[in-house]
Amino acid sequence: MMNRIWIFMIITGIGVAVITRNTQIINAVVIQNTQEAVLFAIGLTGIMAVWLGLMNIAEKSGLIKGIGRIMGPLIRLLFPEIPKNHPAISSIVMNMVANMFGAGNSATALGLKAMEQLQNINPYKKRASNAMCMFLVINMSSIQLVPLSVLKIRADAGSLNATEIIGTSLVATTVSTIVGIVSCRILERTY
Amino acid sequence: MIYLLNLLSVMIIPIMITVILIYGMMKKIDIYEAFVEGAGQGFQTAIRIMPYLIAIFLAIGIFKDSGGLNLFTKILYPITNFLGIPREVLPLAIMRPVSGSGALGVVKDLLHTYGPDSFIGRVASTMMGSAETIFYTMAVYFGAVGIKNSRHTLLAALISHVAAVFASIWVCRWIF
Repeated sequence: MMNRIWIFMIITGIGVAVITRNTQIINAVVIQNTQEAVLFAIGLTGIMAVWLGLMNIAEKSGLIKGIGRIMGPLIRLLFPEIPKNHPAISSIVMNMVANMFGAGNSATALGLKAMEQLQNINPYKKRASNAMCMFLVINMSSIQLVPLSVLKIRADAGSLNATEIIGTSLVATTVSTIVGIVSCRILERTY
Repeated sequence: MIYLLNLLSVMIIPIMITVILIYGMMKKIDIYEAFVEGAGQGFQTAIRIMPYLIAIFLAIGIFKDSGGLNLFTKILYPITNFLGIPREVLPLAIMRPVSGSGALGVVKDLLHTYGPDSFIGRVASTMMGSAETIFYTMAVYFGAVGIKNSRHTLLAALISHVAAVFASIWVCRWIF
């Protein structure tokens, strides 16, 4: 699937650029966007290291186990295949908390840690487990409580009530997250 | 309530860090050593996801900057018009799962053109706040652990995104 989308994006893009005689834009993108990708990955290294360090402390102190014990029953409703008291539970919890409060890069770092732990209990290493699919779908449906970047550009644009969209966003994001979870549950049986 | 949520958004990371450190201290862990030991793996993860990031940034960049995304939006317009998606917010609905910064740019334009307190402005803001980028997240998360077969993830994520688009339009019609 990813394969086809990747090729579709590149071929359509180049096709359109050729038709509109705008091929120089492709050259610019090849240089600029790949550089952005590298910078982004390097930028992520710092926050990645911070969270991996903190998670190592939390693991040694037993905090991870504690979170797993308290939040386990709730998390395992969504991810029934994760064993009881598995460390993945607390990474997932912390990823979701960071996501809810809009700490994007910390959430990514914690999310990647969770993926690693989910991969440890995945019987087929090249194929995504049900838990991984569910985790990603929830992550991609946005569970952020306050969309700070949106509030900022609304205020900049001179809104009389910039925060009035917090409620509507919450409703919309709840709907989309529930739809995502249900579709995941239905689709995982056939894929 | 909103004030509290805003405050929590700023406070959550310091709170998480403090709790981890204090709990570690109480359990008499060598915190500094444990931190450095864990942090050492940060580089490996970054290097592992880099080729996936480059691949996805490249494809998205070419698709977006060449005008391919615009063309795609124009082709979809008759269908989405029939489904009741306002023409003005369609580019945003398409851009949102592809690129976060791109989508934010589209919202800025919409707020500027129609005003932040117009119906279009409110729908655009709601949509921006209730959806996420999909392709990049999938590439990074699955790439980091070497998953080749992502199964139903993309389909479920796209269904969820469509739900976010319709929910944004409906909830704004209903509330405002």
